[in-house]
Amino acid sequence: MASFFQYVVVGLSNGGIYATLALALVLIHRATGIVNFAQGEMGMFATYLAWSLIYTAGITYWLSFSLTLALAFLGGMFVYLAIIRPFSHRSELTVVMVTIALLVILNGAAGWIWSPQQKFFESPFPLSVLSVRGVVMSAQDLGVIAVSAACALIVWLLFRFTRIGLQLRASALGPATSRLLGIRVTLMLGIGWGLAAMLSAVSGMMAAPVVVLTPSFMLIVLTYAFAAAVLGGIDSPFGAVAGAYILGVGISLLSGYVHQIGPELQLPVALGVLLLVLMVRPNGLFGHPIVRRV
Amino acid sequence: MNVSVGLVGRLGALAALAAVVVLLPAALSNFHTYQFAFVGIYFIAIVGLNVLTGYSGQISLGQGAFMAIGAYTTTILSVDHGVGVYWTIPVAGILTGLIGFAFGFPALRLTGVYLALATFALAIAVGLMAKSFDGLTGGGGGKSLHLPSSPIGGVAWQVWLYYLTWAIAAALLAAAWLILRGEFGRSLRALRDAPIAATSFGISLARFKTLAFAIAAFYAGIAGSLFAITVAYVNPDTFPVALSILLLTGAVLGGLGSLLGMVFGALFIEFAPLYAEKLNNSAPTVIYGLILLAVLFLMPEGAAGLIKKANRALKRASRRE
Repeated sequence: MASFFQYVVVGLSNGGIYATLALALVLIHRATGIVNFAQGEMGMFATYLAWSLIYTAGITYWLSFSLTLALAFLGGMFVYLAIIRPFSHRSELTVVMVTIALLVILNGAAGWIWSPQQKFFESPFPLSVLSVRGVVMSAQDLGVIAVSAACALIVWLLFRFTRIGLQLRASALGPATSRLLGIRVTLMLGIGWGLAAMLSAVSGMMAAPVVVLTPSFMLIVLTYAFAAAVLGGIDSPFGAVAGAYILGVGISLLSGYVHQIGPELQLPVALGVLLLVLMVRPNGLFGHPIVRRV
Repeated sequence: MNVSVGLVGRLGALAALAAVVVLLPAALSNFHTYQFAFVGIYFIAIVGLNVLTGYSGQISLGQGAFMAIGAYTTTILSVDHGVGVYWTIPVAGILTGLIGFAFGFPALRLTGVYLALATFALAIAVGLMAKSFDGLTGGGGGKSLHLPSSPIGGVAWQVWLYYLTWAIAAALLAAAWLILRGEFGRSLRALRDAPIAATSFGISLARFKTLAFAIAAFYAGIAGSLFAITVAYVNPDTFPVALSILLLTGAVLGGLGSLLGMVFGALFIEFAPLYAEKLNNSAPTVIYGLILLAVLFLMPEGAAGLIKKANRALKRASRRE
């Protein structure tokens, strides 16, 4: 039984990393109707910025963390206003291609600036291990769980209880009406992209100590985040977070008990489960079906 | 009258292209001929991708993954089971097509962006799967094939592979053209542009979209098989996600919805990385990304669209005279 709880803790930790990125994907999808393929790479780029702040500029971890979040916010706004918005009246296919182009650019730029070699990225949490009734938990896993849960909570509070959150929701739901009511929709969508970039940065900085920092380290996290978002319903922030935790814990348990599933097979198995879920519930577990009338 | 003029123009372009393809090896060294064999392989892959993305409007980031399946089919059949390497080409195409068909079923639930997500996951998963089923695929170390020698005396193997690839490419181009000009192509375009209206007319969305998916996978399977034969070596990193992205980039650059435009796309896929690498090791990816962005912004119909525009401008100019 102890090992069961250990697998659950590891799963929740991984799930938290996916959840933060999945939340970013859902925010963007709700606000602009786009699935942003560059979301993971935005987090990757921010993590490299944090790396530079910590190891080149010599700034302490948490100060670098906060500075990176601020830079990510500005970067996300810039990406929306300078690159995505000029394509906003184009077809879905074009906009998806634009985000793929962005993925390629950020990936290449990171390799160019910081070299494609692996880099060590420190964890802010101690290496110690906690033991509660025989269940061994690493401080690293608990820290990641706390940070990702805090992110989800802050996003919920922001959208639910603040004036700017209301304006953000209004801009996503009815841009034309919102504009007539005096909301600066373009600015709001920019802020939405900025917030999503911050979330991706958190996801990247939490994932980097577990994986190693390379220009492509977020691609697999992105795939899991996509799977989580689709599993939960891509229009439901709650669903995306829940989907991410289900996915994280499910994979951790599965690879813990079924020894044939090594680290390489985890993602293909997750993909298979995802396809099955979609055949039964195409809108995800917590999504709402779209009704179309002719 | 206008239609036939367009057709004559296109046939002329096709004849010119065919002549260039046939005569090219005479003008090039064996090494460069070998590079153009890869152009033929990418051409096959993106003609298939174009059926799916250009004509049926579904975004796929999994074309490289399907190439991997074709390549492994050829490798496993010829190395482990002693099947003649050329016989494995159609087998690879059909098997990959069937897998594409099977993948197309759940993918049908996924319109537009969701399909892009699923195929993206497939592109990432396929390399990992090749690594973990090492009994079949040779794992991370990969598998080597015998480089085929030319059956015709006095012809270098590079030249032989070049003609083999382009002969198959020509046949598959003709097949795609025939498929798309008839009822099938019309139905696909109708489903792309007005799904609800098309379904009301009795066109089965499920059937046509799954078939388009299977066709794209079939083309990728053939391309992957030829890739394995031409390189004579396959490992899980031969077909990275970057290849799938590059194939989609090539198709957009060549012009979605134009089959002949894919020649430009294939040339870009083969040569852009080589030239960009001379600048800087990591720069190529940045440069493709920027080119892709510029193409999307400035010429959304790709190279083919640009030629069409130039043609129209020429006609207008000649009419004025």
